[in-house]
Amino acid sequence: MSTHEQFADDLALYALGALPGEECVALERHLGECASCRRELATLRGDTALLALSTGGPRPPLRSRQRLREAIAREPRSRVAPRSRPWWALVPVLAAGVLAVLAALFWTQNSSLRRQVAILNERTLRQQAELQRTREIVSTLTATNAMTVTLVAAKTPPQPQGKVMYMKDRGSLIFLASNIPPVPSQKAYELWLIPMKGAPMAAGMFKPDAHGSAMVLNPPLPAGMEAKAFAVTIEPESGSSTPTMPIVMVGGE
Amino acid sequence: MPDPGAKPNDSSLVVAVRAGDEHAMAELYDRYSAIVYSVALRVLGDTGGAEDILQEVFMQLWRNPGLFDSSRGNLAPWLAVIARNRAIDALRKRRPETDIEDVVVSVETDMAGEADRAMAMGKVRSVLSAMPAAQRSALEMAYFEGLSHSEISAKTGEPLGTIKTRIRTGLLALRKAFAA
Repeated sequence: MSTHEQFADDLALYALGALPGEECVALERHLGECASCRRELATLRGDTALLALSTGGPRPPLRSRQRLREAIAREPRSRVAPRSRPWWALVPVLAAGVLAVLAALFWTQNSSLRRQVAILNERTLRQQAELQRTREIVSTLTATNAMTVTLVAAKTPPQPQGKVMYMKDRGSLIFLASNIPPVPSQKAYELWLIPMKGAPMAAGMFKPDAHGSAMVLNPPLPAGMEAKAFAVTIEPESGSSTPTMPIVMVGGE
Repeated sequence: MPDPGAKPNDSSLVVAVRAGDEHAMAELYDRYSAIVYSVALRVLGDTGGAEDILQEVFMQLWRNPGLFDSSRGNLAPWLAVIARNRAIDALRKRRPETDIEDVVVSVETDMAGEADRAMAMGKVRSVLSAMPAAQRSALEMAYFEGLSHSEISAKTGEPLGTIKTRIRTGLLALRKAFAA
């Protein structure tokens, strides 16, 4: 037998509603904890239902059928009360609702994050392409094996010339020169930034190579310095704090 | 292939009742009103009271068909248990003590057909008549009169333990007869 033996007799009485008082309370407490006794109780109730069959015989009068039909007709179907359920029966429904809301929330956040990631990816790709292009330009400009050709009017001897690219905001400067004559020993060319106000600022030393080409890349300059012009002088190799005349090259905006 | 003349089973009729089908309700009434009425009449001994119980039980089914869970048992024994409990409550002039939702009745005997019910009825009567009179009497006092085991003990002068055992073994004898 699957039920607990000590409750067997009481279960039969309980199924009949014939177990009073304290015994009833104790059994109900046990039923709350014991599935096998609950199953046995259901079976015992089935047994008691069989007892009802022993009364079979008298049928209800016909008026009972009519009475029921009339009662049903008087009671609109819309008024049929739904089966009342304990509050905890709603827990799965509420939990499902909360999960659905959370899922929607996470889905929205996820979509937003995906969009942000896509934007960042696109921006990164653009910057990488820009960086690559800049590297190629700088690489060409700084390559020692790059062919540098200056075109001038025919039958005119090539003239020294220099080009300054200056970014005031960053204090960044690139100077490229060509056809520069050699300087005497212990001498070098010095580039000067001539500001709108104040004394000229040294912007790098250089000596031309065998082809007369020279270059200055990002000399130490403060950012934000407004330049009126640039000039080149010949100075001692160690450099000078002020330009020594004459100015051999000059140019401004 | 399903027999077009076959009658719908209880579960499909209860589903139809949930949808407000009055014909399904009438079919269930025709099947089981005799069981409900006769058990109420046996308890109350009064046709008017038995009709009231009959009305009450079927109106409960109409209003709340969801109270009957077909996965937890057959409709006929469930109705019989509900009717008997309500009749005992009426007999003792007390408010209904048992919540219908709590009533789980497990019995495998098919009572949907009239022939099934007649056969089951004969078997129950046969088992009861084969029981010792004291045991049958104890069972009937508990079931149809709603007496507690102590009330039966006081009435018969038998020890409490004897009454308990008689009732339980009587129910098991019924179960055994239908399990065979």
